[in-house]
Formats: sequence, C-alpha cells, structure tokens
Amino acid sequence: MSAPSDNMPIPAPAIRSKPLVVRHLPYFIGAAILVWLAATMRFDGYVHNILLQATTFSIAVFGLSVVLGLCGQINLAQAAFFGLGAYAVGMGTTDLQLSFWLCLVGGCAISLLAGAFLGMSTLRLGGHYLAMVTISFQQIVTLVMINAIWLTRGPDGVPNIKRPELFQTSQSYLAFCVAMLAIVGYLVWHLADTKLGRAMRAVRDNELAAGVNGIDVFRTKIYAFALCALLGGLAGGLFAGGFAYVSPDQFSFAESIVFLTMSLLGGVASPIGSAIGTGLLILIPEWLRFLKSVPGLYLAIYGLFVILIIRFMPDGIWGFVADAFTRWRAKIKATPAAAALQLKPATIGGDTVLEVTGLSKHFGGLKAVDGVDIAVKRGGVHALIGPNGSGKTTTLNVLSGLYVATSGRIVLDGTDISHMPPHQRTASGLGRTFQNIRLFRSMTALENVEIGAERPGNTMVGKGDDALTERAMEALTFVGLGSRANELISSFSYGHQRLIEIARALASNPTLLLLDEPAAGLNSTEKLELHELLKRIAAQGLTILIIDHDMTLVSEAAQHITVLNFGRRIADGESMAVLRHPDVVSAYLGSE
Amino acid sequence: MDLALQLLFTGIGIGAVYALVALGFVLIFRATNVVNFAQGEFSMVAAYLMVVAVEAGLPYWAAFIVALLGMALLGVVFNLGVYYPLRHRTYLPVIIATIGASILLANSVLAIYGPQPQVLEGWFETPGIQVGPVYLDSQYLLIICVTICLVIFNFWFFEKTLLGKKLQATSQDKEMASLLGISVSTMIMITFIYSAVLGGLAGILVAPVLFVSIQMGSTIALKAFAATIIGGFGDVAGAIIGGLALGVIETFGAAYVSVPYKDGFAFLVLIAFLIFRPQGIFGERVAEKA
Repeated sequence: MSAPSDNMPIPAPAIRSKPLVVRHLPYFIGAAILVWLAATMRFDGYVHNILLQATTFSIAVFGLSVVLGLCGQINLAQAAFFGLGAYAVGMGTTDLQLSFWLCLVGGCAISLLAGAFLGMSTLRLGGHYLAMVTISFQQIVTLVMINAIWLTRGPDGVPNIKRPELFQTSQSYLAFCVAMLAIVGYLVWHLADTKLGRAMRAVRDNELAAGVNGIDVFRTKIYAFALCALLGGLAGGLFAGGFAYVSPDQFSFAESIVFLTMSLLGGVASPIGSAIGTGLLILIPEWLRFLKSVPGLYLAIYGLFVILIIRFMPDGIWGFVADAFTRWRAKIKATPAAAALQLKPATIGGDTVLEVTGLSKHFGGLKAVDGVDIAVKRGGVHALIGPNGSGKTTTLNVLSGLYVATSGRIVLDGTDISHMPPHQRTASGLGRTFQNIRLFRSMTALENVEIGAERPGNTMVGKGDDALTERAMEALTFVGLGSRANELISSFSYGHQRLIEIARALASNPTLLLLDEPAAGLNSTEKLELHELLKRIAAQGLTILIIDHDMTLVSEAAQHITVLNFGRRIADGESMAVLRHPDVVSAYLGSE
Repeated sequence: MDLALQLLFTGIGIGAVYALVALGFVLIFRATNVVNFAQGEFSMVAAYLMVVAVEAGLPYWAAFIVALLGMALLGVVFNLGVYYPLRHRTYLPVIIATIGASILLANSVLAIYGPQPQVLEGWFETPGIQVGPVYLDSQYLLIICVTICLVIFNFWFFEKTLLGKKLQATSQDKEMASLLGISVSTMIMITFIYSAVLGGLAGILVAPVLFVSIQMGSTIALKAFAATIIGGFGDVAGAIIGGLALGVIETFGAAYVSVPYKDGFAFLVLIAFLIFRPQGIFGERVAEKA
C-alpha cells in the first residue's frame, strides 16, 4: 500500500501502443486467406452446405457472445431474430422482387427494432424475466410464421430465394459469407475493448457499481441486446440467400437452444469460442447422423451437454485456452510508468459543494432518513456518523441515486441532482465507494479503474484509449498499486481491493467523493495508511464525505461532522465540538 | 351470455392447471432464488408416466400413485443433478442448466415414446353434468376442486406445521436458518420433491383434457410463468390469481379472436404487464441493497 516512490513523477515517456491497424494486421491477413480459400477451393455440395451453415450460424452465435458473454444477459430467441432476417430476404426477394441488399438491410433493421423493443420492455427487470420474455417472443414469431399463411406461406416455407447479382455462384456466395464472418468477428472481438464493451462487462460483473461509475446500465443492456438481435438478423438473411429456401421449423425454440449450446460449448466470452462451438456442433451431428434417425435423441444429448458444460466447463473450450493465455500475458506485460495523479475537482458552485435539504427516505412506515440537512464545505473532509441503524448508509444511497428519495433536495456544486439516476449523478461529479466492496471481478485492476476514468464529463482524460490507460495508471499509482495494475481483482487482498475502489473513484476526477465505511475490515496498519491517503486526497482540494465507525479516523481526518440518530440529524458542526455534544455522547454511550 | 358462462368455467378449469404449475415455480423460486425452467416438463413426464402405468394395466388410482412417486424421485434426481452442484453460482448458469434439463427431459421422452400424442382417459365415467345453461365437464370440475384443496393444504402446511415454517425460514435467510440448526440442503430437497409432485399433479389432471404430448410441458410452463409475473413474482396468492386470470383470458381469446393464436395471448398479456406493471398485481418493487 505504501509505495511513495511510485507517486513521484517519472520522466520516462509512457509506452505508446502501436496503431490498432498494425496490431491487428495478422487477423486481417488470416481472414483474407480464408476468404481466398473459400472462393477458390473446390468443395462438393455437401461440404459446401456445411461450411455455409457454419459460417452463417457463427454470425448469429457472435450475437450471443455479445449479449451473454459480454453483458451477462440471456437471449433465448436468437433463432427468432435469425428467422426475421431470413424471412425478410426470403419474402423480399421472391414475393416483392426487391434487391437482395435492400432485403438484407431491412431484415437487420427489423431484428434490431424487435430486439430493442423487447429489451426496453424487460431489461429493467431481472434476468428471469428476460429469459421468459425471449421464449415468449420466440413462440409468437413461430406462431406467426406457421399461421400467417397469407404473409409467410405457412409451414410450406419460402422457396427460390434470390442471391445478389454479384455472388450468383455458390462458391462466390460462400466467400462473401466468410468475409462477412471475418468482419463481424473482428468487430465483436474488438468491442470488448471499446467504451461500450467495457460498459457491458461492468454491467455483467456488477450492475450497481456500473451505475455509480457513470454507466447507463439500462441503455448498455439494450445496446447489447439489440446488437445481438441485429447479428441474428444478418446471419438469417445470409442463410436464406445461401440455401434459397426457408421454413418455420428452421427457426424454432429448439434452434435457439442449439445456438445457446454452441455459444456455451465454445466459450461465451469470445467470438473465437463462438466459432469453435458452432463448428463443432454442426460437425458432430453430421458425424453422428445415426442419432438423427431417432427423433429427439440428439436434442436430448444437447440438453445433457448444456448441463454438463455449465457444471464442468463454465467458460467453454476457448475459455480454458484464453484463461491460460491471459495469465501468462499479464505476467510479461510491462506496466507503463505513470505521472502523478492530478485531481482538479470542478468548482462551479459556491463555497458549498453539496447542499442537502430536508432529505427523507421512508421504507413503508420506517423513516430511515427523516428530514436531514447536510451542507458540505468545499475542500475538506466532512464526516457523517451515527450509531448502527441511524440512516448513514441509506443517506449515502439516496445521495448517489441508488434509492429514490421520498422527499428533499440535493444540490451538487450548483446542480440539482435530486431526480437524476445514478449514472447521471456520477456524470455531474459524484464519486463513491461501497461498504461491501463492489469491483468488477472478471477484470484487472487497471480495467476497473479505466471504467471510473471513463466517466462522462471527466475533463482530466484526453482522447483515446492511451489517455484513459494513463489516467487509470496514475490513479492506481496514487493509491500505491501501480505495479500490480494488470492483475485480476481476485488476487488482491481485502484492503487492496478497497484501495482499487478508491482509485476507481479518483480516476473519474469527481467533485465530491463519498466514502462508505472505508476503514471497515482493515487492520490498524492499513487504517493508518488509509488516513495518509485521505490526507493526500484532501491536499489536492477534493472534498470528501466519509461515513465511518472508527472515531479515531473520523476525529483526526474530518474537520466537520454531522451526526445522525434514528434518521434525524442530532448534531452538526466543527469536529471536536460535535464529539463533545451531550446528545452525541448519549446517542453513542447511552444517557445516564 | 350462456357461451360466456361456459367459457368462464372452461377458462377457470384450465387456469387452475396453470395455477398449480405456477405454484411449483414460486415454491422453488422462494427456496432457491432460481426459476426452474424445467417445471413444465415435470407435468409432461408425469402425464406420460400415467399413460404408461394405465397401459400396463394398473387401476387408475394405482397408476396415479405410481406416477406421483415417480415425480418425487425425479425431484430428487433433478435437485442432485441440476441445482445442487450449481448452488453457489449466480442465477444465470442455473437458469441455463434448468433449460438444458428441460430440453433433456422433453427429448428423452420423445426418443423413448415417439412423437404421437397419447390419450389419457379421465378419472370419471360420467363426462359431465348440465347445470342450467352451463355444461360442467367432470375433469374440469376435478381440476378446480383439487386446486382449491391444494391451496388450503398449502396454507395449512406453510403456516401451521413446523416443517412448513422451516421451509419458509430457509427461503428467507439460508445462513440464519442453518445457524438455527435447520438443514438447508434437506429443505431444498423437500422443496424440489414437493414442487415436482405439484407439477406432476397438474400434468396428470390436465392430461385427459389436452393430448399427452411432448410439447405440453413447455406450453404449460410458459403460461404458468406468465401467470407468476401477472400475479406478482414470488407471491403464492399472485400465482394462483394470475393462473386463473390467464386461463380465462386465453379461453375467451380463442373463442372470440383467433384459435391458431390461442397460445399467443398469454405472451401478449405478459409483455403488456412487463411494460406497464412489472411488479404484477400483488408484487412490490424490490431493489438490491447497496
């Protein structure tokens, strides 16, 4: 924790990464070779069909790797989105005689809209709802495909689907699909390291923490879900053009399960895993054709596979490989030296950074917070204390927007944030940590802090990923963990995880930092170090509002104290005076 | 008007089946915080067990007991094979595993028994009685009576018996329950057995009304789940009211709007509820504690 030398400005220039195009060149060369092979090698019809199926299915499964792998949301209707795209191309190029491209784009748009609509109706609720609603949607789409004969020709399906002029031969069409696969695969692979991708991973790991770090959780989920649907639609359109015939049974619930199994088997977190899983699950049934002679048998085996994979191989085949690789890479990856962290809290409002008036939070009849006023002066440490159950943490949760206040007004640096959702309060300059640590557990320390640094409205971060990494490194170095930036959260001790959480909040350059019992669970050395850290933060002019039970820490660190008891403010003022206040003494020690 | 009364009776009858399965959902959800997507397959498997037992020449009541014992066994196997190994993981892997189990159960039955729907005779010789303008089908009457009895039994069991209270304690706070000497794993096992038997009972009761088919499980399960959302997720009374409401809506929808889309109404109602009243009729919004 204490590594003061880490904090010295180091003259060596930070390592700049090579441009993306150069780093990813091998991927594009590989993809070009695959496309060339698909365009020139002679396949018989059977192999060609298998390749075409694998290619189009992989694109649909990439969708699942976005929604399930990156964002942790379930989609049991991927076959329905696949079907929307397929029927758009099917009916569009035959009944309506439209151009293939127009139909493909139209199919993608329909899938995207359907996905966005489903997402908006359900994603505020838990994952169980989403699972059930996607199954429902799947059933409705199947019902319409079968019964709306005037529109879809019913169970007979749509034959003679056209291909684009440019790719009339099956060979060239396959090459085109492989090229699409390569492009989509690249985008999905790269997505994880973009701002949106990081937001999705943050949401997957910890929704609450994502919200208070400035991520619009609901919107991020909708993006993931709509993107998944879009890829399903695209894959379906390509599939329809390739096989020239579609029928409702190709897009049933069972197919959605097949897509899910493909994704889980290969490894849900990465497109490479998705492609491996898809390839295997298309090839294995071909090798075991005799299974298909007994209806149900091979789906029963899929079902068993799903249970076994979840139980014994939660990260899929690729998960095993990638895990080993990441561990190896994390060790050799040099951690760039970082400059000293600059905190420049915004100063728009007057002397008072946070002005809370008449704040109440009632849970039914329980008045957890009841008409509390707090005024936090700029550039100091303000403590909020009180016995257990006095409403401190509830107050903090109302301040950061996790609870909706029953009444009252909260003004942060001149901005009324009373009615904002958590991520907007963060964007307005609120930073916080949690009593029970909430880090993004599947990410490295650096990635965690990067998400903090990415706060909308953070003026201390320049453009681009390098600037973001730099800022995150500065914050980690500031708390003394710069040298361990690339380690996963699980390898840090409890006390260090606390520090990473503080670094995450600091990287966002907040106007006000809320600390929820930062000393809880720390040993006495760690507490001293925490005290030092608070001093260094305060020295840069950042205002801190701290809740803690440790009276030594509070009385030494804070200049101003507000005391709550039974949800009401019982004392407020300069530290020493407040601690001697008779009401405070009796609240803590009982009156005589 | 006569038609409406007749539809109301049928709707309540079919809704009672949804309510029973929904009750199974809710019990498992309360005990484990997991939605069991294979709940409907319990009904399907029980119906097939019943068909097999009756074909083997057992009297109807004996076949009934055999089928329910089979369901109890399935509950044990399901808990040990699907839920228990994953109990410390998040909800997502568990959901996926129960979906896997549902596919496994449905298609195993398909592989063993073939795709032809089976017919199961009703419990009574008399097909029904005419009361005024309404014809009361005896099987629907039976379903409604059994559901009423089970609701009363449930109330008595969970509120008045020690075992019921232990089950409630487990579902509310596992750690505290285990500190008080309640064996949490036993309680969860009992929940799975009870829930499998309940689902099985629903399947056996509804089998003479519908055909016994592979799809009956997923159809019933989806509607039962919709019923739990409409009623208020995790709420016992909500599950029952939601199930009855859904049965009625669906029956009227099929009669007055469209037969082929009968199965679609439940989902439309479900999506409407999710948009406008996601907490259901009885539910309260709950937020994760920070």
